Amino acid sequence: MSDAKEGQQHPLTVYLWIWLLLFVLSTFSYLVDYFHLHGLLRWSLIITFMLLKAGFIVAIFMHMAWERLALKFAILLPPLCLLVLIGFMAIEGDYTFITRGAAFLR
Amino acid sequence: MAHDASALPPLQQVATDFAADKQAFHVPWGKAMMWIFLLSDTFIFSCFLISYMNVRITTTVPWPNPSEVFALSLGGEPIPLILIAIMTFVLITSSGTMALAVNYGYRRDKKKTVLLMIATALLGATFVGMQAFEWTKLIVDEGVRPWGNPMGAAQFGSSFFMITGFHGMHVSAGVIYLLVIATRVGTGYYDRHRGGNYEMVEIAGLYWHFVDLVWVFIFAFFYLW
Repeated sequence: MSDAKEGQQHPLTVYLWIWLLLFVLSTFSYLVDYFHLHGLLRWSLIITFMLLKAGFIVAIFMHMAWERLALKFAILLPPLCLLVLIGFMAIEGDYTFITRGAAFLR
Repeated sequence: MAHDASALPPLQQVATDFAADKQAFHVPWGKAMMWIFLLSDTFIFSCFLISYMNVRITTTVPWPNPSEVFALSLGGEPIPLILIAIMTFVLITSSGTMALAVNYGYRRDKKKTVLLMIATALLGATFVGMQAFEWTKLIVDEGVRPWGNPMGAAQFGSSFFMITGFHGMHVSAGVIYLLVIATRVGTGYYDRHRGGNYEMVEIAGLYWHFVDLVWVFIFAFFYLW
């Protein structure tokens, strides 16, 4: 690699801020459980905090934000096909649940 | 590289990077390979979590409430999920020390890099220790088995042991991996064999952050849901 720059060098403060942010977000997601939030509010908060944490870890700690678009595409796009699997398994799960209800709970 | 496509607009850059008869990713090969390994690992953990979602949808028996199952009383009242919360903070702290280790690695500050990597490994070992405690409590005190448990749906045990077990194995492997790389940094292996290039620290860091990343999803879907 003749054009290799000296790796990923960023100011320390970037990491310290993200570190703090991850602590705060984790506390928030713990508080969701602690205060026994329920229903849509609970799920949306859990998902929001989870995605924010995951995003900061990948983007900053794993340096994805500073990588080239080719690497971003190659790594971040393939997992999207998991959404199809989630959809399939949710439909399948509902079907199994209904079948069990019809067969065993009479 | 003769020409660098860095100046092109992003999408043209992608086209140039993939179309040319040369390496596509302008990163050290070890880093590209680690990313591809992590991508495959993403699919493995996703399969576990999606099958957990599936069995949780299918069960006609109520799912045990993780908030109560993983509660721990420190002195008086049981505090919900407290051990899991502490484990989460331990893992995030280890991710932070690892990020700093990578940063000091690129500054060629050998001593700080090694110390921060060892701190990361120690925090990782702490996490595994707490997990061993959690497993013991669940198996011995609460009678959770992969085929059933007294609290509710039988699938709880198998999902729990598979998902957290596989993650714990990743943490344990990561601790060993970090100690190997830290030893190599400390003994000057990379100074002698790689011209003082500490990119191996960043590659180990990618693995470690990934382990933390997986825990974010396990925490949200298994423990909080």
